[in-house]
Amino acid sequence: MIGRAITALEAGPRTREAVDAFFAGHSFPIVDGSSITFVWRGDAEAVHLKHWVFGLPSSQQLSRVEHTDVWHLTLQLPPGSRVEYKLEVVRNGHGEWRQDPLNSNLARDPFGANSVAHGTGYEIPSWIHHDPTAAKGHRDEIWIESNTFGRRGFGLYVPARFQRNRQYPLLVVHDGHDYIRYASMHSVLDNLIDRLEIADAIVVFTSSPNRLGEYADDPRHAKFLVEELVPFVERLFPLDTQPQSRCLMGASFGGVATLSTAARYPGFFGRLLLQSGSFAFTDIGDRNHRGPLFDPVVAFMNRFRAEPAPVSERVFVSCGMYESLIYENRSLVPLLLSTGMDVRYVEARDGHNWENWRDRLREGLSWLMPGPFLHVYE
Amino acid sequence: MKPGTVVLLGPQGTTPDIGAVLADHGIRGPVALVRAGYQEREAEDEAMKASFGMPAVNLDLHKRSVEVFRGDPDFTVAYQARQQRLRHMQTFYRVRLDKIEDAARTVSVRYVEPELLAQEEKVSVDQFRHLDADHVERCDALRAAFARNWRLSDRPLIARHREEIRAILATCEALVIAGGHVASLLNRLALFDVLQLAAAKPVFAWAAGAMVLTDRIVLFHDYPPYGSDIAQVLDAGLGLARGVVVLPDPRRRINMDARGGIQRFARRMAPATCVAMEHGSRMTFELGVLVRASAARLTTTGEVEAGWKGSPSRFSSPVIGSRR
Repeated sequence: MIGRAITALEAGPRTREAVDAFFAGHSFPIVDGSSITFVWRGDAEAVHLKHWVFGLPSSQQLSRVEHTDVWHLTLQLPPGSRVEYKLEVVRNGHGEWRQDPLNSNLARDPFGANSVAHGTGYEIPSWIHHDPTAAKGHRDEIWIESNTFGRRGFGLYVPARFQRNRQYPLLVVHDGHDYIRYASMHSVLDNLIDRLEIADAIVVFTSSPNRLGEYADDPRHAKFLVEELVPFVERLFPLDTQPQSRCLMGASFGGVATLSTAARYPGFFGRLLLQSGSFAFTDIGDRNHRGPLFDPVVAFMNRFRAEPAPVSERVFVSCGMYESLIYENRSLVPLLLSTGMDVRYVEARDGHNWENWRDRLREGLSWLMPGPFLHVYE
Repeated sequence: MKPGTVVLLGPQGTTPDIGAVLADHGIRGPVALVRAGYQEREAEDEAMKASFGMPAVNLDLHKRSVEVFRGDPDFTVAYQARQQRLRHMQTFYRVRLDKIEDAARTVSVRYVEPELLAQEEKVSVDQFRHLDADHVERCDALRAAFARNWRLSDRPLIARHREEIRAILATCEALVIAGGHVASLLNRLALFDVLQLAAAKPVFAWAAGAMVLTDRIVLFHDYPPYGSDIAQVLDAGLGLARGVVVLPDPRRRINMDARGGIQRFARRMAPATCVAMEHGSRMTFELGVLVRASAARLTTTGEVEAGWKGSPSRFSSPVIGSRR
């Protein structure tokens, strides 16, 4: 499959001027309907596209337009897709992963930054950007002396127009600092609250120095949240202590921590937001192909699958279609529904990354913790 | 102007027409203003008052309610418990709506003779109607029991505020009720019994203010941030404007192209008339009865009848059984 732009280039004179004109005349990668063409220019022994789209080979070689230094690869990309990638340029037998120099769209995560390709129709949501007209919530860092984990810091968001004589719902976010850094969560909260789409809420951003251990159904983690952190915050702020006003959320292993905490303390958190949860399970045996880190997750999920229970009231589940975890998340939904819990599930043409989780926040939070938009008619 | 006149308007937006409407009805002021729907922003009323073109007094219902809640703790605890119960009931009602919607959709796509499907559609609409009616009945019953148990007029703080409101209203020519948070507005108007205190003075209201004056308040949004939703009855209204369901700001909130959705909604609400009220819309009631309108009507055949004048139209509402 060769994109139309490359076909046109190949049909031309292939002079330096023609190639310069080609680069000046396009933005990259070239999105043409449901196809996308990745392009790199330079001398190399080989160039590979590296991406994390489950279902496609994770490394695909770009072809060279003969007699030029132009490399290209065209793939099908369904409308609405968002794909993070890097290019591997091989020189002197050594491959180097780098961002696409022709593409200024970058997505940051704890490991650095990837280039981002937007398929036809994908738009960065307007509500993630800082809006100077939206009232700003206040953010702070607080420390708690935990009997379980010792001294731990957490982030705290207090909504604009906070009033002591009101009662507020509480949202607890696993990997909270990463949600702030990589999913624009502070701006998202400001904007969605200002638009009346989510409730004015106190938000706690937790982070763990050992997330892969603590989030994998570690009973100490659930105990810390339920018996220490939430009561601590309840002493600081006027919180509505009904389960309907407590929401717990997380992505990836944070999704596992969310569900396992709810399972250990049924009814404590009445709202759960599970984003691309690492819900590995087995139908036979207890070893999962994902490795030993997942063993406690598999044990938990297998138990939960054997005896699913209404551990919360309302659960929002989201997952990217291009994630390897799509099977596990799709499998979870009917299980949750079977318990009588109110469940919503959305899929996006995206991968296991922070911007996917960012883009689903409006839909998830507005359903779990709706603001007064439905009640306000001015 | 006839006593008991009620005028409902569409949202005011940035170019309010309330001043012109008041003038059309010969009102010269002062008028009493209810801005409780704006909650903590109740007192930010300068621009709104200026748009009236006449003197206006803010009744400060939200502020008064805060004083009551601070000064009468026993009552407040009971009031909050009632509100919590109403919220739970709303949630459960909403869950049941979803199930009826699911069943209606499942039945509607079966491959059987169209005549049977049409019958089944009526059954689906009837199920919505029964659920709506039961919900309003239960909300009514809860509010009535609360009023019986707590005898609001005997609570000294509430009684004092009611007297103050009565005194202000006596000096005013009309009552003006702005929009905002519809539940907050309904609760404050009821807490201080404002419509009773206003006696037969003319009432002008828009958006949420118009909704609370009807006999049934319906929350609706075809484009919620979480994707989709079903219109839901919040509660009974105060009943000054009967026989209509007020739908403010329809362009932003209603999918006017969804003929099936409009049809089902209008049938569900029948025999009440569903009135879409954009900025500039108007409905006038005398002694609770609609006498003229300039608005859009959602019909039981799924049409949007623009320029509806409030008179019987070529679209009729079917009579569908109701427990009420």
